[in-house]
Amino acid sequence: MTTHPSTPAIEVTGLRKRYGDKRAVDGLDLQVDRGEIVAILGPNGAGKTTTVEILEGYRRRDDGVVRVLGDDPATAGRAWRSRIGVVLQGTDDLAEASVGELVRHFARFFPSPRDADEVIDAVGLREKVRTRARQLSGGQRRRLDVALGIVGRPELLFLDEPTTGFDPQARRSFWDLVESLRSDGTTILLTTHYLEEAERLADRVVVVAGGTVVAQGPPDQLGGRTARRAVVRWDEDGRTHEVRTDAPTHVVAGLAARLDEIPGLQVLRPTLEDVYLGLLQDAHVPATERQEAVR
Amino acid sequence: MTTTTTTRTTPTAPVGALPGPLPLGLTRAGYELRLFFRERDAVVFVFAYPVIMLAIFAAVFGQDGATVTTQGGAEIPFAQYFLPGMVATGIMLSSFQSLAISIAVERDEGGLKRLRGTPLPATAYFAGKVGQVLGVSLLQNAVLLVVAASAFGVTLPTTATAWATFVWVFVLGTACGSVCGVAFSSVPRSGRSASAVVTPIVLVLQFISGVFFPFDQLPSWMQGLASVFPLRWLVEGMSAVFVPTGSGASGQHGTTALVLGAWLAAGLVVGVRTFRWRRRDDG
Repeated sequence: MTTHPSTPAIEVTGLRKRYGDKRAVDGLDLQVDRGEIVAILGPNGAGKTTTVEILEGYRRRDDGVVRVLGDDPATAGRAWRSRIGVVLQGTDDLAEASVGELVRHFARFFPSPRDADEVIDAVGLREKVRTRARQLSGGQRRRLDVALGIVGRPELLFLDEPTTGFDPQARRSFWDLVESLRSDGTTILLTTHYLEEAERLADRVVVVAGGTVVAQGPPDQLGGRTARRAVVRWDEDGRTHEVRTDAPTHVVAGLAARLDEIPGLQVLRPTLEDVYLGLLQDAHVPATERQEAVR
Repeated sequence: MTTTTTTRTTPTAPVGALPGPLPLGLTRAGYELRLFFRERDAVVFVFAYPVIMLAIFAAVFGQDGATVTTQGGAEIPFAQYFLPGMVATGIMLSSFQSLAISIAVERDEGGLKRLRGTPLPATAYFAGKVGQVLGVSLLQNAVLLVVAASAFGVTLPTTATAWATFVWVFVLGTACGSVCGVAFSSVPRSGRSASAVVTPIVLVLQFISGVFFPFDQLPSWMQGLASVFPLRWLVEGMSAVFVPTGSGASGQHGTTALVLGAWLAAGLVVGVRTFRWRRRDDG
């Protein structure tokens, strides 16, 4: 059961899953190394959740090779489950149990759990330890979800849209929590709609559209040089001109020589959001879905 | 964010052994029992219901020491006549109604899916449910019998045969109700509709199975319909325990065992085939 630490945490080749006529996942490849934090971005219906739920062992694949911590999730047993942590989205259970009871109860399912009190401290719920889950705020409930996901000391943690509905402060303290898991060496696969979150947390961003990976790379290199070209913008002859270039300094120097003072000069670097939206456009994702893909 | 990942430490692989299904089942049972008694709905409509109904009916119909004449010609307090139906109802509520509703809600709210993502084995989950049902049911019956004996003058049986009958009917009835409850939990379309779907079925069964009205006074088609379902036979079995001079019910033990056993087997087959950890609309 124990796999060599140098094998990737997740290896996916040619993954396919069909629902009726719809190809939800259509030849997806993905590799996540040990200790890496990878964010999956993509519009609704891109196949993110289907892919992640196949990796978690909830769904069966139609085709392709999947290895998660060296095992096939479709057939892996309890020992494998004890090495992963799953934080789902959209669960609304747990109502009448207290934070402390839940974390301690879930800890008992695992062979070498973290200390329940340490976990409760880590997610910032110490004051709520006796509070029933029903009485927690949305953000506190989400942190409880994370507590239950990490109490088993997982080698690999799945976080499905962990900060949806958080206020900015709660989101920032959640990011600190993820950073601390990173320093413990936990591998994390994160799906998110927030580009700021992906930029802040992920070593690598994987963009999924139409059931396949359309781009991947570190957040500051996503899309390659072409997508990251600077835009030089200025006003001349009563209208705005725009040039995409790898050498903005050169362009500006040329303009300065010609115009002396350049009216309305702007040199713009594309944000991750610009790059991401450009990638979705290239993948023929309709404009309405692109708008929804960025929150 | 361009740092390489090679310098990070890998978390140590779990060194402890996986907890066994039996201790986990006990853990689950304790947890489920604790949570059961925190749900006000469950405490009133599952746990306390038979006791409340016994008290109401015995107070209304048993005024001024009114008695019932059994088919054997014996005079017994009304509460004694009414008790078997309430014991049977309690068993059905604690097993069938409680599980059908609570599992439907757990599935709908994502609790089952969450558990499926942990190393908790399915056997431990169901063992926990069985433990919860047994705990609630035993406590409920104890309260029911103590209230009946102390407040309504019911004479409890003294023979070992009667108690042996109580035990096997209780165990078989609880097992049958639990298994059917798990199977039926897939019927309600949502957690919110679960009690609206399950409760009327249980209520109708109570009316046609001789819980509120004497069974032999019901129209014969109703008797025939009720005889297909387990509750009528649970009442029959418990009548033989608590109304010993009754309608010679002990002669029906074979049928009671047969019907409860058949529902147990059918519930198992259907339950194993239809049980889902996820909502129907969740792929």
